[in-house]
Amino acid sequence: MSEVIVITSGKGGVGKTTTTANIGVGLSKLGKKVIMIDTDIGLRNLDVVLGLENRIVYDLVDVVTGVCEPKKAAIKDKRFNGLFLIPAAQTKDKDAVSVEQMKELCDKLREDYDFILIDCPAGIEQGFKNAIAGADKALIVTTPEVSAVRDADRIVGLLEANGIDDHYALINRIRPDMVKRGDMLSVDDVIEVLNIDLIGIVPDDQDIIVSTNKGEPAVINPKSLAGQGYRNITERLTGNNVPLMDLDGNSFFGRIKKLFGKKQ
Amino acid sequence: MLDLSKIFGRKPRSKDAAKDRLKLVLVHDRANVSPEFLQKIKDEIMQVLAKYMDVSDEGLDINVTTAQGEDGKSRVPAITANIPIKSIKQK
Repeated sequence: MSEVIVITSGKGGVGKTTTTANIGVGLSKLGKKVIMIDTDIGLRNLDVVLGLENRIVYDLVDVVTGVCEPKKAAIKDKRFNGLFLIPAAQTKDKDAVSVEQMKELCDKLREDYDFILIDCPAGIEQGFKNAIAGADKALIVTTPEVSAVRDADRIVGLLEANGIDDHYALINRIRPDMVKRGDMLSVDDVIEVLNIDLIGIVPDDQDIIVSTNKGEPAVINPKSLAGQGYRNITERLTGNNVPLMDLDGNSFFGRIKKLFGKKQ
Repeated sequence: MLDLSKIFGRKPRSKDAAKDRLKLVLVHDRANVSPEFLQKIKDEIMQVLAKYMDVSDEGLDINVTTAQGEDGKSRVPAITANIPIKSIKQK
């Protein structure tokens, strides 16, 4: 059974594209056949985050307008078995794709892939409507900041209005030190405010910038904390209920507490 | 665990401000209440009340806030009104 998952957020810059890349790679590492679609027309980025920018021939607009078959447009990532990308068009208008075309494309792709991941553009205009059109499930990426959480709440409302009730928060860029001293909303705070289920958390991690520089998603780096967060999320998406990662575990006090067997 | 910071008093945590502000702004976002819309409701409530009593515009407070939902957990939007009465018109 295949699943269409849209990765969205409302606010820009919270990590949608990085999240799509990491979840895509993570799922392929679990043996799934995955295709990622970049729907951010005019501001294409998923290709460069994945390190596939030199291999683009066709794009999403070519696929939905029938210039070529999805299979022909899909770039195969040679590093990971079963991972494909349909890049966004860079030169065309953002209204070059319609809701009906996206629905049709998603349904067509279901035949060939286990997971279809849609990278949604920021905002709530046409690009957003296209991105969610064919989705079964939505992951709402937010950071523990008032602006991002507020926009995430707007997105929850819009998803529900469009009949996508299977939606989860993904809280990105958590800084355990700041949460501990009360200067950052905690995971519980964000979930309480948004009142939706949580798919996972990703700690703030400099490795993300390094891995994006190289075009190698952090999820394949066993030492990366963010990579661990993404690995857990991919496990949950495949039905394996792994516990939330312990953000205190790597801090000095966390280790001391563990030493004394203190429950956290 | 003994919370020392509580005993010795602590500086206000910025995340509490963030949470409070978020809760308030989300109530308005979710209810989709614009200031103009709210003003219209206020005016009409006042018109109805004015038929039966003298109400004071000063100290008048009609707002959209949150209240506990029926399940006791969730928070739902609610209109709260505080309207000072000068006198009630007797028929």
